[in-house]
Amino acid sequence: MMADDLGYLKETASQTAGPYVHIGLAPGAAGFDIYDQELGWDIAGPNAAGERIRVQGRVIDGTGSPVKDVLLEVWQANAAGHFAHPDGGGEVEDGFRGWGRVITDFQTGDWAFDTVKPGPCPGRNGATQAPHLNLWIVARGINLGLHTRMYFADEGAANAADPVLTMIEWENRRTTLLAERVEGDGPATYRFDIRLQGDGETVFFDI
Amino acid sequence: MTKPAEFYQRDTARHPPAFTPDYKTSYARSPRFSLISLDQGVGEVTGPTFGHGDIDAGDNDLLSNYAQPGQSPIGERIILHGRVLDENTRPVPNTLVEIWQANAGGRYRHKNDRYLAPIDVNFGGCGRTLTDDEGHYHFRTVKPGAYPWRNRVNDWRPAHVHFSVFGTAFCQRLITQCYFEGDPLIPRCPIVQTIPDPDAITGLTAKLDMNATIPLDTIAYRFDIVLRGRRATLFENRMEGT
Repeated sequence: MMADDLGYLKETASQTAGPYVHIGLAPGAAGFDIYDQELGWDIAGPNAAGERIRVQGRVIDGTGSPVKDVLLEVWQANAAGHFAHPDGGGEVEDGFRGWGRVITDFQTGDWAFDTVKPGPCPGRNGATQAPHLNLWIVARGINLGLHTRMYFADEGAANAADPVLTMIEWENRRTTLLAERVEGDGPATYRFDIRLQGDGETVFFDI
Repeated sequence: MTKPAEFYQRDTARHPPAFTPDYKTSYARSPRFSLISLDQGVGEVTGPTFGHGDIDAGDNDLLSNYAQPGQSPIGERIILHGRVLDENTRPVPNTLVEIWQANAGGRYRHKNDRYLAPIDVNFGGCGRTLTDDEGHYHFRTVKPGAYPWRNRVNDWRPAHVHFSVFGTAFCQRLITQCYFEGDPLIPRCPIVQTIPDPDAITGLTAKLDMNATIPLDTIAYRFDIVLRGRRATLFENRMEGT
């Protein structure tokens, strides 16, 4: 490991998570039981305030096929707009982690997770960010994890003022970040399909 | 109150591009539009935190964490250790490091792996740990075997261990692979060769570390990981509201 002329190190290069990412990050899905506690299954514990929601979707490749070996991580604020971190803007409820891991069904590519709907949170320069989930996607064939965001389509006014959505030059691409509410019984459910490539390609961010 | 500072822009020349046709799976899984560059806000400069309540002390010992009592997996016993640092050369303490790998025969314990090399009943193939106050981590495991994979008809992966690291912010999140110095498969591997910078590939290669070797017991390799660094807050940088 060598420092440059100014003494800085260079970030370690990324490599694909590969098809067997589950062994390390979700071994139960790989087919074996090893840890007392797998991480990332409880995003918002029972004490977390706010509306309980389910988020479901698929990740779709450039041929239109579902990606069946993907792993997603979510990082979100609580209903008050605070992240569970010392610089996260304020206190969070005991048991609210705001972070989760989600894997797809190996046969269908469907994924889903349960959480609480986040609140708006501060943006830069005094702006307010609309409620959103930060998502990070890794899989075989993805060389560097992809960052994106999911917004709520039924937050029209907040979305219209969101500094990140409005920064996307192509208005027709902003809709790729909107999850529609699905009518039905059970918890409030939002559908969010992520298109890696091709028609309706999801907006991904360099953060 | 001190406002949290931004992280340095990612040096994309260090990382593989999304579209790398010799690694065929990337063809249909790579975005065609450029990434949209985002000024970091609170959700980018924060990230999940983990503590010793999340993991068990033995989770970093792959020689024993799935073995039958009194047994151990087949293969070269190795210590794989190093530090997690940031680009400012500062250690990243108390951060979660997770690994997974094939067994000594090149077979993964995964329902989707059908390679003919056998499963080792005493080897799970995953481990996790938190770095100490100075950013050190260490695992004990067996050296993984090379294995063939479906890309071109005769492609083989060099021996490697997958690493997942968090840092303190979601923008530092990183998954990579650690190779072992001297492996002749490294320059032949289409996944390794997705990385355009030879120096970055060298950075993914663990070095034999005789000083960390336990004589008559376990040989050691050292693999240091560098995560993105952040600016010092000498001057206000207009991240109001965070």
